[in-house]
Amino acid sequence: MSSESYHEPVELIPEGTRNFHRALVSLREELEAVDWYQQRADACSDAELKAVILHNRNEEIEHAMMTLEWLRRNEATFDTNIKTYLNTTGSILEVEKVAAHAGGSAGDAASKNPSESSTSLGIGSLKGKR
Amino acid sequence: MDLLKRELAPITTEAWEQIDDEARRVLELHLAGRKLVDFSGPHGWGLGGVNTGRLTHIEKSPVENVGHAIRVVRPLVELRTPIVLPILELDFASRGANDLDLDPVIDAAERIARAEDSAIWHGFKDGHIKGIVEASPHQALSVSSTLDWPRALVQAKETLRMAGINGPYALAAGREAHDELVAAGDDGYPLSKRIEENIGVSPIIWAPSLKGGAVLMSTRGGDFELTVGQDLSIGYAASDRKEVELYLTETFTFRILEDKAAIFLRRGGDPGPQKK
Repeated sequence: MSSESYHEPVELIPEGTRNFHRALVSLREELEAVDWYQQRADACSDAELKAVILHNRNEEIEHAMMTLEWLRRNEATFDTNIKTYLNTTGSILEVEKVAAHAGGSAGDAASKNPSESSTSLGIGSLKGKR
Repeated sequence: MDLLKRELAPITTEAWEQIDDEARRVLELHLAGRKLVDFSGPHGWGLGGVNTGRLTHIEKSPVENVGHAIRVVRPLVELRTPIVLPILELDFASRGANDLDLDPVIDAAERIARAEDSAIWHGFKDGHIKGIVEASPHQALSVSSTLDWPRALVQAKETLRMAGINGPYALAAGREAHDELVAAGDDGYPLSKRIEENIGVSPIIWAPSLKGGAVLMSTRGGDFELTVGQDLSIGYAASDRKEVELYLTETFTFRILEDKAAIFLRRGGDPGPQKK
C-alpha cells in the first residue's frame, strides 16, 4: 500500500522524493514510538515490564538514528546540518552563529572569522544536489 | 596559524567573504563527482592516506623464516592552484563594493574542480587513482545520435542490473552529452525529462570534466568513495605592494569499491576494444 500522506499527486512525485518521504515518515514513526514507550514506562507499575518497555524504547532510538543516517547520506542539507550541530558542545545557538559566519560547515564551526586559518570553504558532500 | 596562513594576507574581512563566496559558488557548480559518489571527510591536513586493508607480500625476506609484507595505503593527492588578485580591487569591498572583479578566483575554482573531477572520471595515475570510466568492466555503449540516448540508457541500465547492481541510477554527462540531453527532442520535450521520468535515471548531472560521453552509475552507496583530508580551502602565499597571491587547495583520493557499478556511454564513434 502506498503512503497516504503525499501532498501532491503521486504520479508527479519522482522516485527519489518518494524514498525521501518514506524515510521521513519512518523517522517520525520511530520518534513517536520513543515518546510512547517513555510515557508507558513511566506509568508502568511492574518493574520487569518497565525494563522491557525501556529496552524497546532504546531500540526505537536506534532505528531512528539508522533512518537519520540514511537521510544524511542521501540529502546534502541533512548532512551539512548534522555536521554543524551534532557532537558539539556549549551553546547550540552559538554554534549556529559561528557556522553561519564561517560558511555553514561543521569543520568551520570552530572558526569565528573568515581570515582564521582553519577556515575551509565548507563544500563537503554535494550528494543530492544538482 | 596553520598551513593556510590566511591571517597574514593583507585582505579585509569583507574581501575575504566575497572571495570565499565566489569560490564556493563556482566549485558547487563545477564539482560533479561529489554530487554522485560517497564522501568521507573532511579529515584535515593530518590524513596522509587511506587504509585499503590489503597487503603486498615481499618475495625475498631479509630474515629467514620471517614473512614480510607491506600494508597497502592509498596516498592523498594534494592540489594547489594560484590566485593572484590586485589589493586595490580587494580593498573596494571595505568601502561597500559588492561586485569585486574576482575572475582569478573563478578560474582557480574551475581548475581545481577539473582536477578533482578528472581524477574521478578518468583517473590520475601518478596519484594512484583509477577513474570510473577506465575501471568499469562493462563494454562501453556507443550512442550514435542525439535521439539514440534513451535507447542506450535503457541498455546501460539493463547492463548494470544484470551485473547485480541495483539503483537508484544517475547519469553524469560531459559537456557535449549534457547539451544534447537538455535539448528538445522531436516532440519538443527535453530528452533529459523523458530520461528522468520514463527511464528512471535521475539526476542527470552536468560533468564538464567527463570527456567523450556520459557515465551511468548507481548512487545506492558503497561503490565509489571520495576521501578528503583538507577540504577545498583558500590560503595565503605571498604579497607585494600591488598584488596578493592566494591559492586554492585540497587533499583527496578517490577509490572504486565496486567497479561494476558504472558504465560508460560513448557519444559517436565505435565503442572501443571489447572488455572481458
